[in-house]
Formats: sequence, structure tokens, C-alpha cells
Amino acid sequence: MFRRLPDAKRDTVSLTVDGNALTARAGDSVAAALLAAGVLVCRTSAVSETPRAPYCLMGVCFECLLAIDGRQNRQACLVQVADGMRIETQAGKREVGR
Amino acid sequence: MAAPDVIVIGGGLHGCSSALHLARRGLAVTLLEKDHVGRHASGVNAGGVRRLGRHVAEIPLSLAAMELWHGIRDLVDDDCGFESHGQVKVAESEAELEILRRRVAELGTLGYSHEELLGADGLREILPAVSPHCTGALLCRADGAANPYRTTLAFKRKAESLGARIEEGRRVTGLRRVRGLWRIETAEGAAFESPVVINCAGAWADRIAALLGEPVPLEVWALMLMISGRLPPFIRPVVGTVARPLSFKQFANGTVLIGGGYRGRAERDRNWTELDFRGLAQSAETVWDLFPAMRGAEIVRAWAGIEARMPDDIPVIGPSSTEEQLFHAFGFSGHGFQLGPIVGALIAELVTGGRSNLPLAPFRVDRFQKGPA
Amino acid sequence: MSDLAGLKASYELAVVGAGPAGLAAATLAAELGIDTLLIDEQDGPGGQIYRAIARSPLGEPAILGADYWQGATLLAPFRASGAAYLPGAAVWSVSRALEIGVSAGGTARLIQAKHVILATGALERPFPIPGWTLPGVMTAGAAQILLKSSGLVAEGEIVLAGSGPLLWLVAAQYLRAGARIAALLDTTPRANRSAALRHFPAFLVSSYFAKGIALMRAVKRRVRVVRNVTALAGEGQSRLETVVYREEDGRERHLPANLLLLHQGVTPNLNLANATGCAQAWDERQLCFKPVVDGWGASSIDGVSIAGDGAGIAGAAAAEARGRLAALAAAAKLGRIASAERDRRAAAHRAALARAERGRAFLDTLYRPAKAFRVPQGDVVACRCEEVSAREIVAAVALGCSGPNQMKSFLRCGMGPCQGRLCGLTVSELIADARGLSPAAVGYYRLRPPVKPITLAELAGLPKSSEAVKAVERS
Repeated sequence: MFRRLPDAKRDTVSLTVDGNALTARAGDSVAAALLAAGVLVCRTSAVSETPRAPYCLMGVCFECLLAIDGRQNRQACLVQVADGMRIETQAGKREVGR
Repeated sequence: MAAPDVIVIGGGLHGCSSALHLARRGLAVTLLEKDHVGRHASGVNAGGVRRLGRHVAEIPLSLAAMELWHGIRDLVDDDCGFESHGQVKVAESEAELEILRRRVAELGTLGYSHEELLGADGLREILPAVSPHCTGALLCRADGAANPYRTTLAFKRKAESLGARIEEGRRVTGLRRVRGLWRIETAEGAAFESPVVINCAGAWADRIAALLGEPVPLEVWALMLMISGRLPPFIRPVVGTVARPLSFKQFANGTVLIGGGYRGRAERDRNWTELDFRGLAQSAETVWDLFPAMRGAEIVRAWAGIEARMPDDIPVIGPSSTEEQLFHAFGFSGHGFQLGPIVGALIAELVTGGRSNLPLAPFRVDRFQKGPA
Repeated sequence: MSDLAGLKASYELAVVGAGPAGLAAATLAAELGIDTLLIDEQDGPGGQIYRAIARSPLGEPAILGADYWQGATLLAPFRASGAAYLPGAAVWSVSRALEIGVSAGGTARLIQAKHVILATGALERPFPIPGWTLPGVMTAGAAQILLKSSGLVAEGEIVLAGSGPLLWLVAAQYLRAGARIAALLDTTPRANRSAALRHFPAFLVSSYFAKGIALMRAVKRRVRVVRNVTALAGEGQSRLETVVYREEDGRERHLPANLLLLHQGVTPNLNLANATGCAQAWDERQLCFKPVVDGWGASSIDGVSIAGDGAGIAGAAAAEARGRLAALAAAAKLGRIASAERDRRAAAHRAALARAERGRAFLDTLYRPAKAFRVPQGDVVACRCEEVSAREIVAAVALGCSGPNQMKSFLRCGMGPCQGRLCGLTVSELIADARGLSPAAVGYYRLRPPVKPITLAELAGLPKSSEAVKAVERS
């Protein structure tokens, strides 16, 4: 879905997404790294559990919420990739029949 | 247009409840609200519906109100988001548990049994997520929480359906007797007349009382609340503690509301409140200590409503001490929401029959002038 | 991610946002000897318009164009100015006493300032069409960010849709990067062209004209452009598969697409200003709310100034000038320069501002988005976070929710994590439309801190109130 321009020179960074290995470039945001690797859907929505993906990539839409290194609900577009980072996509619905 | 039988000043829950109960008795009611219905404390509080932990004077009112809450749909055609999974007050030490034991004993001597004592095991059964250091709790099983804005709006709409007129954007600036009627003037230059006036003006009720020359030592408070992002369900009852200010509940959508009475700053004339993050930090620390499951949570919003507090932390309900045909219902000191449905009924009883069916002596408006020198 | 350990407890001037306004303001203030701190959420300076300017991975400067690289001229002076710089940090609160709540690296701090300049820039206007929440639908700005920061360009069936200069700029940048664009669907209302005509002479002599014409020509040569598009929708099972659009003649067309890039202008990013208590007003020409500021950027809150697009959309060059004017005013207020000197120095920046603003009226009028794309209908999601539809909002108006704050309490719209950034304008306009009023009369969400989420750990780590007296016993 997104390809890397040949000029884009950067060191590679290794991380995992839901346990699967993924290679990114230094300087990528986590959101960009996922898109570059063809991972579009990052979570399901909170009310209806429909799939969502990053929308604005500048930190205002809060669609790219992921668990990063154990911390939930982080805006992936505001976090830079680092070696060994653990990323988990989030299932949205918290509601339980009461 | 014919003058109404009653004018209610203030469109919070107590004002709308008064309007509703008066309209149910066939009276023509006009309610004057300076902003919009539910704009202040009534619309933004924690929504706690509790008998637990009430001042003894409030208990008869609270018990009667709870019966109304459990049939709230019959009263206002809306369930108001009311959910009843109990309220608990948690003890964090043996000394605190002893305080709870004495409370149950005290209530017992007065004939009340709605607060149950739980030991550590009983507490863990209903509140598995609470920190292991907690020693026990008081529980009111039929207590719960509702949506404050939705509730206030429901009372307003039901009152309107029974003929009450609710006028928003009407700020009362003048109140005096003219030819045996109350004449009310508003900031926009409108005027209203009626034989009876109810003062439900919340944090501005002392201003209304001052127009009568009736002194009321009301304090304005900005009580702070904050809400988390969505979390997996881990708690059902509403939680408070013995020693530390806390009101803690998780909604069906997974968000957790944290209140408890830390105060920000209010400027009531500008409808403005400012948060004090040091106070919220203290609140966060309490949550951290009590609920390890919350440690990964984030706070997405905080706010503070404008509330009225009386020096003895219980409201003013009852007739004016200086004027005929004027009644007060204000000053609920941070815990008026649950009482809303019954207070309107009591006001309606006072207006139509001159007396109420529940004891209101502790809530006299002139009680602050008596007392020890 | 930087950490807060090196931060002092107080600064004379705090600037929030490291785009052109913030960089220019912090630089000038520090050069005047003011103890200045520039705080920004991104890891590098430049804001959004000059995103990644300090470390762009792109080897070929022609892709992004000269206007982008102009931003680099702001960097060296900033670095030399002596201002402290705190990147990767989110400001979540500014109190009226100018106490700033900021978080970075999992820790939060409260910092005191004597003056604050908010330079929080702009964000893209919401574009509530059916299917806009589908994976595969993004803003044009998002695609631009991926290009600038990571050297990523989309492949497959790419459709751009909307209105405004940024749409054409992204198209041009994408073409230069070697991407293939299936279509550009222009939703600019036909009627806008005649309305914009009277502003055309000023536009003609502005810097926007020549650049704009060249850009559009370059794009039109290689991309199928459909004008006067009156309706848009994204369709697909669990991600975007088709873009459906309606042309002027009423005919509906379907385009296979796996990426839809939407853009219909930018609006001020005003959450922090709003939460601080700064007064706002509706701008009927730009169809958005913006903070009320005077000619020096001073807001309605003493000690808080607002500069750049965050005070009203006027572009990067105007943002620099307004940043400098705000810094001069702060310097005078802090007693560092006399007001006569402030006025003398300001003259050049006012001239630059006037030049930068020339031609904006034309752009604002020409690209004023159509009502159909601002006021959605039916099941179209108005609030993405809480999944509240236009239909539900209109129904709640009928029940008595006459403003956005009541709507928020009743339906939860605006209560989600984005705090109304992507629904505020839509909800205000929906209510206004349902009530037959102007958005000015209806108002906007009343926002509160924290304007960005803070963790319980961060909050608990702040200094506590020493007075337990301030708390209330609940019983």
C-alpha cells in the first residue's frame, strides 16, 4: 500500500507487531512503520468494534491507538520506532452486558 | 398570559423536580433558569445515587428518594441511565473498619439497616479488584448511579409535558412583593409575577435570598471530576472510602469516573471553573493505591461544576424565615443528586399543604443564626 | 522522546508549538534576552507544514518543493538564539495563572511562566462523508506527512478528493515522487468562483498566484480531474474498496480505490486555547471558530498570546510574522523593551504580514467548502470516537439539546479521546442547521484540560496539594 522511496536513507529498526517481526526505518513513527509494512488496520472501534486505521498522522484524530511496550492507548503517530519495541493492536469494545 | 401559580428559580435537578411535582398536582409552574437546564452542578456531577454514608438528617429523604429512583421511568418516562450495582465505602485499616462498625450500630439504634458491614472476604467478593490492604466496607446493595444531565433533562421534559413552562436564559435580578404577589425581574428586562416562589438557585441561591434580606452563609465550590479512557470491565459498585475523598465508578462503556471532592477554583459570575492539578494528583494517588488495575489507565478529561455548600454540609429545604410563600431548596453540598426526585415532592407538599411528610427541621434556613456563641 | 529532568521550575516565556509561528516567536524572544522555553509534541521542529524539516529522509528536494525547504531557514537562528527546546512533549494544560502542565517520557510536570504564546497551528477540517471512517481513508495531510517524515508514497488506486491548495500540492508532490493518481475529485462549489472574483486582483499580485497556477497545470496534465463534485462516499467491507461520487449532472460514478485522501481546508487547532479559557468567535468567511486576539496576538486571557494558524488560518509566512509580533509584545510586557521600541521593531513584521495575507481572501472564498460536506446527514458518522451519527444529533436537538455542550452530555459526542478535534465543527454546524441559527449563536464545545490524555501514573507523580483541607468528606 505504501512503498519507500529509494532516496529514503535510514538505518533499519526491528520490532514486533502482535508477536510478528517487522522491519522499520529509524525516524519512522510507529504508525508509519505499520503502514509501510502493509498493516493498515490498527484497532477496532470502541462502540461498534469496526476496524479503524490511522487518519491524520499528526496526533489529532486518535485513530492510531496501539499498545506500545505494554502501555495501552498510545498515539502511534507520535511515537518513534526503537529496536525491540513491542506493539499490540487493540480490540475496541470494552462494553459488557450489565 | 395568566400568571403562574408558582415560579421556580433555577433549572438544576431540584428546580426541575419541584416544577414536575408541582405540575403533577395541577399547578401552573414557570421555571426561570439563567443559563440552560442542567448547566451547572446538576448536569456535571458524578451521578451517585446513594443512601450510603448520609448525614442522619438526610436519611429519611434519601430512603424515600431511593424508592423513586427504582421506579424512575414511571416518574419521568426515562430510565435516566440509572444502574444499581451497589455503593461501598471501603476501610483501609482496622481503625477505619471500627469506624464503620460504630456507624452501623448508630444507624441500628435509629432503626435503619440499609448499610451492611462487610469484612475483608465479603469486600473481595463484591470488589475483587480492590487492593488487598483493604479491611472491609459498608455496602448499600440497592444504591447505584445515573446520568446526571440526562436525569435533569428528563425531569424538565416531563414537567413540560404536564404544562410547566421552562424558560432558559432568564437571570433573576429582582425579587419583591408587589400587591401581594411576588414580582420577579430578569437581567434581560422581563418580569414575572406569581403568589409563590421556590429558590432552587444552587450556587447562586444566596443571591436570591439576599434579595429578600435573608442571610444565607453559602459557600461556592468547584468540585473536580476526571474520567479515564475505556478499560476492560473490572468493577461494578460505586466506591468511596472512609478516610480519603473518593467517588469511583466504571460505566458500561468502560470509562472510569473519578471524583471525591477535591476542589478547583470557581468564579460563579462568569460560569468559570479552573482545575487544580495538585488536587487531581492526590485523587490519582488514591486510585493508584486502591485499584492496581487502574495503573495503566489514562485520564482523558477533567472538569469541575459550580456547587453550593452550607457550613454544616446539609442543604436548606423549607420555607423562608422572613417571607411568606417563599420556599428554599438549595445548598446540597456535593451530594444532592440522589435527593432530587424527593425534594421536589417535599416542596410541592409545602406549597400545597403547608407541611411536608418527611422531617425538614434540620434543614431550616435560619439554623445558622442560632447556635453556640 | 526527551525527558523533563532538565527543565526549570519557571521560565519567563513559554511557547507551545514549534511550527513557523512558534519557532519565529521563540527565536526573537530569546534573542532579546528573554528566558524562553519552546515546547513541541513532535520529535523535531517545523510543526506540520515544515514537518521533518531537520531530518527529512528524502534525497530529492524537488519532490517537496521550494516552499517546504524555506522552513529550514528558521532552524539555525532558533538553535543559535539560546531558547530552551523541549521536543516530544505534550502540553495538556495552561491555567489562567500561566501554570503549564506538560508530559514527556511518561512523566508530568507543572511549570510556571510569566507569559505564554500558543502556536498550536492548524488541523484539517473534518470531512464527514459516508465511509470516512473506513481503513484506507486518510487526510491528504497524512499522506504528505508520510512522504516528508518517512519517504513513503502510496501505491495502488489512489483518489484525492476535496478542495483547497493543499490538495493540489499533495497531488503535485505525489506525482514528483513517482506515484500514479487515479483521479482528483474537486468538490469546490461552482458558485464559489464568481464569489471569489472580486478578490482576484489581490490574489493576482500575491505569491500564491503563480505558484498555484503552475501547480494545478502540472497536476491536470497527468491526473484526471473531475470538477464540481457534489457528493462523495467511501464504500467497502472492512476497508475502502470503492469511491462513489456524484457530478454536477447528478450522475453517480464508481471508482475502484484502496486509498482516498480527503482535504477541504484547515482550521485552527484551538483545543488548548479553548481549555485555557480564551474567548473564541465564529468566522463566517473561513467557516470555523477561532480565538479572539488583538493585533499583537493577545487573547482574552492576560498573559496568553496566540500566533500562527492557531489564531486564524493565514499560512506559514503569516505565521512567522505573527509569531514575531507576539514575541515583541511579550518582550514589552515583560519589561525587556519599551513600547516605543516594540512598535518600531514591529513595523517590518506588520509589512511582512500584510504581504503574506494578500491573496488569502481569494483562497478563502474560492475554497469555501460546500455545506453538503460540512453538515452530514443520516447515518454518516459525525463523532468518530464515540460513533455518533448526524441523525442522532439532529434527533437530540428536537429533544432540547440546543448546544454542543448539552449534546456532549447527552450523546457523548466530543467526549472521546480526540476531544472534539474531528467533530467540533461538524456538531456545531449540525445543531446550527437544525435550529436555523448561525454557528456563532450555537457556540462550540467548552473544552477542559487535559487537552491530551495523561496517564494516572503521570498525574499521581505531580506534586500534591499540601492541604488535605481542600478535600471534602463525602458523608
